[in-house]
Amino acid sequence: MKVVVLAKYVPEPTATWAFEADHTLARESVEGRLSELDEYAVEQAVRLKEAGAADEVVVLTVGPAKAVDALRKALAMGADRAVHVSDEAIAGSDALGTSRVLAAAADKEGFDLVLTGMASTDAEMSVMPSMVAARLGLPQATFAGALSVEGGTATISRDLDTATTEVTVTLPAVISLTDQTDEARYPAFKAIMMAKKKPVETRSLADLGIAAGDVGLEAAGTSVLSIAPAPQRQAGTIITDEGDAATQLADFLAARGFLR
Amino acid sequence: MSEVLVLVETSGSTVRIPSLELLTLARRLGEPSAVLFGSPEDSVVAALAEHGATTLYAVPAPEMEEFLSLPKAEAVTDLARRLSPTAVFITSSPEGKDIAARVAVALDSGIITDAVDVTSEDGDVVATQSIVAGRFVATTRVVRSPAVLTFRPNSVEPSPAPSSATLETVDLSVSEVARGARVVATTPKESTGRPDLTDAAVVVAGGRGVGSAEGFAKVESLADALGAAVGASRTATDVGWAPHESQIGQTGKTIAPALYVAAGISGAIQHRAGMQSSKTIVAVNKDPKAPIFGIADFGVVGDLHTVLPALTEEIVRRRT
Ligand SMILES: Cc1cc2nc3c(=O)[nH]c(=O)nc-3n(C[C@H](O)[C@H](O)[C@H](O)COP(=O)(O)OP(=O)(O)OC[C@H]3O[C@@H](n4cnc5c(N)ncnc54)[C@H](O)[C@@H]3O)c2cc1C
Ligand SMILES: Nc1ncnc2c1ncn2[C@@H]1O[C@H](COP(=O)(O)O)[C@@H](O)[C@H]1O
Repeated sequence: MKVVVLAKYVPEPTATWAFEADHTLARESVEGRLSELDEYAVEQAVRLKEAGAADEVVVLTVGPAKAVDALRKALAMGADRAVHVSDEAIAGSDALGTSRVLAAAADKEGFDLVLTGMASTDAEMSVMPSMVAARLGLPQATFAGALSVEGGTATISRDLDTATTEVTVTLPAVISLTDQTDEARYPAFKAIMMAKKKPVETRSLADLGIAAGDVGLEAAGTSVLSIAPAPQRQAGTIITDEGDAATQLADFLAARGFLR
Repeated sequence: MSEVLVLVETSGSTVRIPSLELLTLARRLGEPSAVLFGSPEDSVVAALAEHGATTLYAVPAPEMEEFLSLPKAEAVTDLARRLSPTAVFITSSPEGKDIAARVAVALDSGIITDAVDVTSEDGDVVATQSIVAGRFVATTRVVRSPAVLTFRPNSVEPSPAPSSATLETVDLSVSEVARGARVVATTPKESTGRPDLTDAAVVVAGGRGVGSAEGFAKVESLADALGAAVGASRTATDVGWAPHESQIGQTGKTIAPALYVAAGISGAIQHRAGMQSSKTIVAVNKDPKAPIFGIADFGVVGDLHTVLPALTEEIVRRRT
């Protein structure tokens, strides 16, 4: 069984974000990393391989030149190979465009199972797994908190508000994994060194048979008009408890009408 | 007048509040029609008409629940193809995102997730989102319709606009692809009897500072005194002091209650992403440098193990 993991290169959550004039994120100037939420997907894929359920783990990203750092991290965690789709024409793509590229690249690579994170930590849309599955004409199971695979069927569990459910998924399929799956490993120094020798293939839109006009800013279904810093919340009254904090807090709550 | 297709959710005989919010927002763009799965009770039809729905498309399909979100996405896609609405409105939730994503691909529509506001400009749908863990506000125009939008709960106060709704039943056949993911077991969770976290007006949340599962009882007692829902940081749910569904933040719930009380929560960016739209924020933390104080309207530097029980007692005393 071959597993393709979709993994995104995202800005460090704590980095200072900057936007270009066309309102796209300045991905080259902001310090980036493999999305922490995609590490869970890489981890589960590598575990499938270690358990003998998968023969090969390929990590796939669509992103700028620096996105190769994210691929190296995934390789250090145990992925076998990496595919980097990079093309000037992809810049500024919306979710529709990105899903077109990811689906075509996964299709070209071939797979039995596509694993993804639950959300990218920058766009935070949680739509890519369903979009890629839709484009590939495949079933999907999203927000899986646990995963196992046996004989062409994946079994996942979902932890929902009112129930936990178990779902069987016929492969090939797309499955997104939450941060409730087990913790992702820290690659050891040796693994990091070995990862440098693992193959990273680069693909262009032409390699995937996608016309430049079908993706990118111009082809997007949405157009960002403005991005502005959110109004800052003002810090209010801070007191130190000297035995009467509860009374003062109750006074505050009463004044705001919460104790009626 | 243009039509806005609104996916509504019910809980028994009532319409869920986020769905009433969607109808309220949809009226800004045109005439809302509601899509709902199952056979609606009279009270549901009445509530939808009360909030401006003019047509109610009911999709009964009893076997649907077996197959995750795909049959629902297929039903919404079919309806959108037939009706060519201006927009499709869906509540932001795991299922809502799945449906929105599938519909957008099928219709090649512009999609915006986690919108908090919407307007119509020169006939185009323009939505506002809070992005990058709430650090920026983006306004985005949808250039390919129907606009597929998911909205965060609590984005607007639901308001009535009575109309009369006609009911149409829509047939659904579940596709082969949709049958590929089948629910084989469901274990219901015990209800706590407290308000639903996403709808609650008041939320009391605990974090690592609570220290233990027993310590969490102090958070729950304060919540009960305030008639509040109970929330938690990921750290508190990871160690099992609180159930996963009470997690607030980037990988948990995004909420915007009138009052949020954070006890023993440092206020990491991933946590703030889920609660910083709360109208009033109160924090109890023994570290005066905790980032949560930077966004708190009222902060107490102190030990939650003494402050919380004392506050609970004080509230109960004032109310009797
Ligand atoms: C990709 C990703 C996604 C994440 N998603 C989420 C998410 O959705 N939600 C979330 O919450 N976190 C999330 N996190 C984790 C987040 O980064 C923080 O680690 C977490 O929020 C910290 O939880 P905490 O505030 O309870 O714990 P801590 O940061 O350890 O803070 C505990 C606080 O309690 C105070 N304290 C200790 N004892 C007492 C006492 N007796 N009285 C009063 N105060 C006391 C301390 O001063 C401290 O400020 C995510 C992280 C990542 C990487
Ligand atoms: N550019 C990308 N390259 C590779 N994978 C991606 C990309 N964008 C999104 N994904 C995958 O899709 C998941 C959900 O992303 P999103 O819908 O953007 O929140 C992520 O966790 C990744 O696994």
